[in-house]
Amino acid sequence: MSLTLEQVQRIALLARIEISESEAQTTRNHLNGIFELIEQMQAVDTAGVEPMAHAQDLGQRLRDDAVTEADRRAAFQAVAPETEAGLYLVPKVIE
Amino acid sequence: MIAASLQELSQALGAKKISSVELSTLFLDRIERLNPVLNAFVTVDREKSLKMAREADARIATGTAGPLTGVPIAQKDIFCAEGWTTTCGSKMLANFISPYDATVIRKMHGEAGMVSLGKTNMDEFAMGSSNETSYFGPVRNPWDRERVPGGSSGGSAAAVAARLAPAATGTDTGGSIRQPAALCNLTGLKPTYGVVSRYGMIAFASSLDQGGPMARSAEDCALLLNTMVGFDERDSTSLDRPIEDYTRELGEKSGDKPLAGLRIGLPKEFFAAGCDDDVMAAVQAAIAEYEKLGAICVEVSLPNSHLSVPAYYVIAPAEASSNLSRFDGVRYGYRAPEYGSLDDMYMKTRAQGFGAEVKRRILIGAYVLSHGYYDAYYLQAQRIRRLIANDFIEAFKLCDVILGPTSPSTAFKLGEKAADPVQMYLSDIYTIAVNLAGLPGMSVPCGFAGELPVGLQLIGNYFDEARLLNVAHRYQQATDWHRRSPLGIE
Repeated sequence: MSLTLEQVQRIALLARIEISESEAQTTRNHLNGIFELIEQMQAVDTAGVEPMAHAQDLGQRLRDDAVTEADRRAAFQAVAPETEAGLYLVPKVIE
Repeated sequence: MIAASLQELSQALGAKKISSVELSTLFLDRIERLNPVLNAFVTVDREKSLKMAREADARIATGTAGPLTGVPIAQKDIFCAEGWTTTCGSKMLANFISPYDATVIRKMHGEAGMVSLGKTNMDEFAMGSSNETSYFGPVRNPWDRERVPGGSSGGSAAAVAARLAPAATGTDTGGSIRQPAALCNLTGLKPTYGVVSRYGMIAFASSLDQGGPMARSAEDCALLLNTMVGFDERDSTSLDRPIEDYTRELGEKSGDKPLAGLRIGLPKEFFAAGCDDDVMAAVQAAIAEYEKLGAICVEVSLPNSHLSVPAYYVIAPAEASSNLSRFDGVRYGYRAPEYGSLDDMYMKTRAQGFGAEVKRRILIGAYVLSHGYYDAYYLQAQRIRRLIANDFIEAFKLCDVILGPTSPSTAFKLGEKAADPVQMYLSDIYTIAVNLAGLPGMSVPCGFAGELPVGLQLIGNYFDEARLLNVAHRYQQATDWHRRSPLGIE
């Protein structure tokens, strides 16, 4: 498998990471090297093998639907790039 | 004092031979003197540390101290600590002052009364095996300052090796405790997945990440592990199981064969080509030492272990691409100074805030999870993960612990592998399978190749940390590799 520059740009868009044309070339070379390593998996017959998502074969724990955390909005928003009146500010989305 | 074990420090503090303020000052002064060369710490805050030390001294004075109260420790900068800058080695979080404590930090500061000396340097978001991907520059190995300390917990490893701290925390997703421990002559333990809470430990690959201790001996690691473990309802994969004392098997034992009857499995795949000869020679000498201590060596096989690196570089990036989507310039961390639309803000923020290796892994993850590729990559990797875990289940039918090298080489030169990601990834060929299976693993000093330390890897069955620590401890009673320090340190 070998990624094209267009594919690299497409993945970068999916990942919301801007990459320049010159960066895309280097990135493509590195990713192709890594996928060469990953491709070793394709030779293995895994028919009938149960995929393992997790080290512990346990279901997710449920908890009571109850408020357990204190309101610490001011402390959490103190580390945000831009807030106003308790809201996080981002560029205008809806005209 | 800088050469003392945690037990000795605890006794000295309890007997009031030294106060925690004096002890902490001793280490803070060493950090001030040596850190400009080693770059092991990214944040030091003397006033905060000394405040904790004064509180610890007050507890010691009133008789409410625990075994590690007043003992200083270095914290990997992946653990959120309230009021401390917590960067995870990234520009993205360079200005992030955590508003809360990770569970591990809360346990160490609160219940245990330990004193944090600062936050240690690391590969960006724990992605790396040399500490060279840190936004704050590489860490230098105290054994040879032209060489890497390993990674991603490289700052923690260098700090303890240079005695800037008696011990440190680390985290291990694919070898990030064990490989730097090996390269810096330390003892490090990655516990069974789910034993140490991940709450407040900045996520890389959530099904693999696990925190653990890095110190000079198995005894020290056991004491630290006692403070780190426990069920945490704030971590959805934390395991609710009875509390253990991990020092319980380390007491005095009579006779010269303390490991009589222990079956050590030697995976033939770990002893095939691919490991440097001088590393293998040290590992073989350790096997001979174990036989002297009464252990019986048996050959085992992990036939799918060669697939662990390929499967890991699908699973870990897939999980990372999801976890790191939270860094979007909205709620915390870096935001690009100039942008147009919301999407443009995301794209520029993430382009400027992440380093090259982190971007690579996010891109791999985004690709293997994308439509049309999920089955061929992500599901196939998860099936191979099952085969790898099954190999260990079979092997542990024949043995009690598994032994082999931690890393195929000793510490390599700064810059030597930085340009080739695949070469860097292969530094972890012996450690990654352990994370995929979720097993506990250790690295223990077992000799030198020239001037550079070699690490021995010990892998245990699930929840077998106490036995693993005992197996390491009996070896450390018979050898002195773990007591050696870099030239000029002591």
